[in-house]
Amino acid sequence: MKRAFPILAVLTAALLSYALYEALVVAPTDAMQGDVYRIIYYHVPSAWTMFVFFIVNFVASVVYLVRRSAKADAVAVAAAEVGVVFCSVVLVTGPLWARPVWGIWWTWDVRLTSTLVLWLIYVSYLMLRRFAGGGQMPVLAAALAVFGALDMPLVYFSIWFFRTQHPQPVVGGGGSIDPRMLHVWLLNWLAFLCFGGLVFWSRYRLEVLQQEVDEAEALQSLLEPRGAR
Amino acid sequence: MNFLYAAYAATWLIHIGYLVTLARRYARLRGKIRELAKR
Amino acid sequence: MSRPSIPGATLVATLIKDLRLEWRSKDAINSMLFFALLVVVVFSFSFDPEAEQSRQIAGGLVWVAFLFAAVVALNQTWARELRNQVLDAYRVSPAPPNALFLAKALGNFIFVSVLELLMTPLFIIFYRLRALGPAWLLVPVALLGTWALVVNGTFFAAISLRTRSREIMLPLLLFPISIPALLGMVNATTAILTGEEPARFWIVLLATYDVVFTIASLVLFETVLQAE
Repeated sequence: MKRAFPILAVLTAALLSYALYEALVVAPTDAMQGDVYRIIYYHVPSAWTMFVFFIVNFVASVVYLVRRSAKADAVAVAAAEVGVVFCSVVLVTGPLWARPVWGIWWTWDVRLTSTLVLWLIYVSYLMLRRFAGGGQMPVLAAALAVFGALDMPLVYFSIWFFRTQHPQPVVGGGGSIDPRMLHVWLLNWLAFLCFGGLVFWSRYRLEVLQQEVDEAEALQSLLEPRGAR
Repeated sequence: MNFLYAAYAATWLIHIGYLVTLARRYARLRGKIRELAKR
Repeated sequence: MSRPSIPGATLVATLIKDLRLEWRSKDAINSMLFFALLVVVVFSFSFDPEAEQSRQIAGGLVWVAFLFAAVVALNQTWARELRNQVLDAYRVSPAPPNALFLAKALGNFIFVSVLELLMTPLFIIFYRLRALGPAWLLVPVALLGTWALVVNGTFFAAISLRTRSREIMLPLLLFPISIPALLGMVNATTAILTGEEPARFWIVLLATYDVVFTIASLVLFETVLQAE
């Protein structure tokens, strides 16, 4: 994997560029929204990618709770961070799309609000990781991750019901999808998945390296003669 | 229209920002490794 | 790993011990009382609505006030145990850890409920509240809502024990996860006060939330307790 990385990086960059080209040029202009709708080719694939990484974090956290494998913890934190990055992209592109199309920056619609809550939950997860000291932090973080994952269906459901009672414009509304648009959509999703995967891999390697350094440091301080500290 | 470019730019700004923090952490770790190897 | 056990004697003993200690020192209850009163008064200064509007927003105001009061109570959940190194004793004792958790949670539940009982008349007076819907439904809403806050709060208080800035960590963890429950409490209360919508969905949501997270807390508490 390490040796393949540069080639994969170049390929991914190419894929992203091509996907961008398709999003800006090849995809047909929307009848009602004009060209601004093209934000969707970044907004929605980022959301799907975010979900993938948050699911990875959940699975890794469960694995960690059961097996206490350091690698599982590394996967968990890497997935959470990359997930939060993509989540932030969704939260920024959403209002940038809503403003020209519906005239408002923010609408408490189901998807955007659920994404915001998701962002809050995972940022709190990352904060716990930063603020909790000691070797048992991964356990606490994994427990929190499980809670967060359990919460998500409830979050979505509660906001959905609230919205059906008090309807407001929906960002990224439904309706039938032009097959050419779907193709560009999926292409951008693939590109972002590859990109996210590479970033995740880098973050994972960094974490594993950090774990090794921490171990080495701990070992060294144990072996040092008493006076030399 | 500007919103479209702003959205794409913002997306990449966020991604690049994260990659920069990753690079910095790598650099710091490598410094630590060098220090450990010396001792 | 032991499965969640139905607590018996240990639970009752711990709960009674906590309540008795609290009754004697009245540490937590006094500070919480005063805090709750302050919150009600400050909110009344900030939001001074007419009777019509007040019913729309009272639900949110009341539950935000209760939420803050609950955080004050939750922050001291484990403080006594920490001070006297009791937690280590719990870890090595054969007593089921879930009994400890439930005792703490129930203790917090009682404290926060007492607070709510004291704050509610003040809110009714300051906002001239009168329920247009079925007022008796407010009781299950209060019970389920308070339990939702307290069960997760007690669990996250245990997680926060070994963190820097322990007091801020608890609300940081609790608030995002509690959002569905908060939506439920607030909207159920508003629905009952305004009588415009049925509160049933929200009450069912609250009940579901309570079940899910009570089970999750019971399953994971021992893991968290051991992880220090």
